[in-house]
Amino acid sequence: MTTVAARAVGTEADRVEGLEKVTGRARYAFEHPIEDMVYAAPVPSVVARGEVIAVDVAEALTFPGVIDVLWHGNAPKLERVGNAELHVLQSPRVAYRGQYIAVVIAKTLEEAREAALRVGVEYAVERHDVGLRADHPRLYRPERVNPDLPADVQQGDPDTALAAAPVTVDAVYRTPAEHNNPMEPHATVARWDAEGLTLYDSTQGATSLRDAVAPLFGIEPSSVRVIAPHVGGGFGAKGEPHPPVVLAALAARRTGRPVKLAVTRQQMFSVTGYRTPTIQRVRLGAHPDGHLTAIVHDAVEQSSTIHEFAEQTTTPTRIMYAAPNRRTTHRLVRLDVPTPSWMRAPGEAPGMFALESAMDELAAACGLDPIELRIRNEPEVDPETGLPFSSRNLVACLRDGARRFGWADRDPAPGVRRRGRLLIGTGVAASTYPVYRSACQATARAEPGGIFTVRIAAADIGTGARTVLTQIAADVLRVPLGRVRVAIGDSALPRASLAGGSSGTASWGTAVTRACEALRDELDRRGGTPSTGVTVSVDTTEENGEPSRFARHAFGAQFAEVGVDRDTGEARVRRLLGVFAVGRVLNPKTARSQFIGGMTMGLSMALLEESVLDREFGDYLNHDLAQYHVAACADVPAVEAYWVEESDPHLNPMGSKGIGEIGIVGTAAAVANAVHHATGIRVRDLPIRLDKLLT
Amino acid sequence: MRPFVYRRPGDARTALAELAAEPGAMYLGGGTNLVDLMRLGVLAPRTLVDVTRACSDAIEVRPDGGLWIGAGVRNADLAAHPAVRRRYPMLAQALLSGASGQIRNMATVAGNLLQRTRCAYFQDPSKPCNKARPGTGCPARAGDHRNLAILGYSDFCVATHPSDMAVALTALGAVVHVEGAAGPYTVRMPGLHRLPGDEPERDTVLEPGDLIIAVEIPALPYAACSRYRKVRDRASFAFTVVSVAAAVDKSGGTIRDCRIALGGVAPVPWRAERAEAELRGAPIAEASFRRAADAELTAARPLTENGFKVALVRNVVVRALLDLVGVS
Ligand SMILES: Cc1cc2nc3c(=O)[nH]c(=O)nc-3n(C[C@H](O)[C@H](O)[C@H](O)COP(=O)(O)OP(=O)(O)OC[C@H]3O[C@@H](n4cnc5c(N)ncnc54)[C@H](O)[C@@H]3O)c2cc1C
Ligand code: SF4
Repeated sequence: MTTVAARAVGTEADRVEGLEKVTGRARYAFEHPIEDMVYAAPVPSVVARGEVIAVDVAEALTFPGVIDVLWHGNAPKLERVGNAELHVLQSPRVAYRGQYIAVVIAKTLEEAREAALRVGVEYAVERHDVGLRADHPRLYRPERVNPDLPADVQQGDPDTALAAAPVTVDAVYRTPAEHNNPMEPHATVARWDAEGLTLYDSTQGATSLRDAVAPLFGIEPSSVRVIAPHVGGGFGAKGEPHPPVVLAALAARRTGRPVKLAVTRQQMFSVTGYRTPTIQRVRLGAHPDGHLTAIVHDAVEQSSTIHEFAEQTTTPTRIMYAAPNRRTTHRLVRLDVPTPSWMRAPGEAPGMFALESAMDELAAACGLDPIELRIRNEPEVDPETGLPFSSRNLVACLRDGARRFGWADRDPAPGVRRRGRLLIGTGVAASTYPVYRSACQATARAEPGGIFTVRIAAADIGTGARTVLTQIAADVLRVPLGRVRVAIGDSALPRASLAGGSSGTASWGTAVTRACEALRDELDRRGGTPSTGVTVSVDTTEENGEPSRFARHAFGAQFAEVGVDRDTGEARVRRLLGVFAVGRVLNPKTARSQFIGGMTMGLSMALLEESVLDREFGDYLNHDLAQYHVAACADVPAVEAYWVEESDPHLNPMGSKGIGEIGIVGTAAAVANAVHHATGIRVRDLPIRLDKLLT
Repeated sequence: MRPFVYRRPGDARTALAELAAEPGAMYLGGGTNLVDLMRLGVLAPRTLVDVTRACSDAIEVRPDGGLWIGAGVRNADLAAHPAVRRRYPMLAQALLSGASGQIRNMATVAGNLLQRTRCAYFQDPSKPCNKARPGTGCPARAGDHRNLAILGYSDFCVATHPSDMAVALTALGAVVHVEGAAGPYTVRMPGLHRLPGDEPERDTVLEPGDLIIAVEIPALPYAACSRYRKVRDRASFAFTVVSVAAAVDKSGGTIRDCRIALGGVAPVPWRAERAEAELRGAPIAEASFRRAADAELTAARPLTENGFKVALVRNVVVRALLDLVGVS
């Protein structure tokens, strides 16, 4: 394996597109100026289940500016693909409230929106079922859970071990549905011409979106081009393709004109995915000294009736702690709700809330310090596969965090620390996230003037990926940062995996490294850059296909201090501190932003975020930012993120693990554990709102 | 949003005339509530008569310490005014606890008083709501009402009034100056807002077309000893769950006089008259404060999901009073 002489990598390089962004020159999907543009306003269903019997477009068509109204009766036909969410306007069936059932196309956005309110829709309404419950008669075991993991895993005999365990914890934890709210809502500009379809889209993966859209229209992926130079946040919401982009393409096809479609904030609560609510039962069996004998973690989640998304809620439990007897399961029920999808650390975030809360409960039951409990149950090898860990520094994170946070003199007694009217408490939780990597292609080109251009269809969704790839390329090429250009965000570039599963930098960085190595070799061979320049291409499929002999995961430790108002139950975080073990940190500045951003989102998950289901109407009621609370500045106190040195040769040429998601994992449990320490009240259903703490 | 006509008259009489001349016209203040409701399709005025020029944006301090506040004064400016901060701290605190800096810079005094409920059904034209779409029903009653009323509601509507500022003004007995079709008149708070009864679509006693031109705060020297405590789910930029505005006039060991108003509990900013009566002449002691809070709460009829508000109001009233009298 090549070792890279570090120069740019590891430094706090500024974002290469920073100036473009702060001066407003960076173009986001909705901002691309295109001639002859028209606007689309979707019409959402107002029933949660049933059939559209009639669509009356007459009034809408009389509105000034209106060009056309599409619905299932007149929309161009799409080919069937695996995900029925994408069969937009293809059938009269309504699978959830808010599903797109028509679209108005008009000359201006205002005209389109107003006319959309005038489209008359007649439904045959059917009784809907939107309630997730642990005893739902239609619960079933999915074949696999996201991204491609077994639904159930059992080792040993956990039931017997639990029955025999001297100390047990048996508790049910609930997490609500949550919605991603990136600053930039989803938006698409779609244009058809002789060459095919062009989509300016806010996406986490230009290649994967292209590959998903092409078959719907029965065309080759090479006839679709996705352009997404800048993306205003995604968190997973822009990972899988969702209905709006298909609707925009459909509308553009039908009208023959470029169509702009901006999803409203309200519509993001039905058509762009969300975190499934979960009901999780965790059972732990242990010796009085804290050594675990059994771990059972069962999760119940939902998906829609038209597409299965099965979240991997209990998979982190498979690798966290040593115990000879263990079982993790997932059960799903298909309800008349929108299809859930990815939201930062899907699975790990809610799953670790439950597991790490239960560990805190076990620590109390054993009279042990929660850090000590975790150290005692540190496994030698991956408990599920028996593989050695490529690196595992959870204990180092816990110890370093304890030192920095001031954990040593903590009195474990709950409900006894007062400061004025506040009850103060501290809590800890572990964090983990798997290492993923996907195959990519990349090209590297040397220009005669000493400039190098690297091309790859990667995505920078605000993470700093473009900058980090530039650093990686500069080091491999052994040139200063300023001589490297990295072109990303366009499916016309060499194919790349999407920004998801915290795998972007690992996947793209490997391809960039290999391309730059190949270019260096080529330049060595040629004795310099020829006057026409020189380009090399690489494909990491083979390298990526080699199975690893190691279990590869990132780890971390989260610490929280909270204050709970004794009169009102208002809980606020006073301090958050995280320490992470993530291999090599390639850019401390952008990495820190990822960690503290994730931790902030975890704080928000702990105390605030909840999509409130309206049982009568079947939708999520609080569908805007005034009602769906994400943490505001005043909620976010000192957030500190650190990392421990970790050298791991079994990952990728950079030696890095993904950092986009681990920051959110464990935060909610650390906060809930701190709330328990402060008040003596164990809140097992998020968010921890004041009514749950009012005594 | 439907196309609409926009006018910006320079004086109150013209504003009144323009509103009367055009059916479906509405006044526009800072627009932070009305424009949102238009975008959502909840309201669709055909004409907007912007009154930020017609209504004064001046604050006058009267010789006796009372205030005269033009209806066009922005929330941020009112909160920052030295006389408000010194003589009526509860009002400054209430204003600053509301919305965000950007919204307070736009929002006007009149618009704040007349903002509509935040009940989720009210804001969603695809759902029934007696207040927004009279006669369609009240789904909040059986649906989501965690943050709705425990006092003063009716079978027709269980919504709360969302304003923080109005709670302080209710405690202060502010007088609203109105220009009506038949000439000027005044309404003393809490009389501006009305309980829903069987007409929840009418939030206030104003007649259509009436223009608020000013709010007067009668002198209340002991209001210098006042505070506003707002309980909310998020640390800022969140509507109240429960709030209390309180002022006390101490004399020796007893409460000579007091003002208490509650937010987040009723369809109107709620003047806690029973609590005030209980407290007048009572000894300064936590037990008195508890008795006062309980006196007010005997009328409370919490809904299925908001019973916690009863205990919360009690705690917050007691704490606000203890803080004011300096007992910890
Ligand atoms: C996200 C968000 C959070 C918020 N949080 C809070 C909060 O925590 N606490 C709080 O108290 N408020 C909060 N608000 C509400 C805010 O305070 C109000 O929107 C604002 O005060 C309304 O004032 P405006 O001048 O913008 O009113 P407009 O929107 O212009 O008008 C509101 C109503 O008043 C009428 N009107 C305006 N002027 C007059 C007049 N002179 N005479 C007669 N009628 C008139 C209009 O016709 C309209 O019906 C929040 C708002 C938003 C959007
Ligand atoms: S509580 Fe009032 S505002 Fe809310 S739905 Fe019922 S009638 Fe409408």
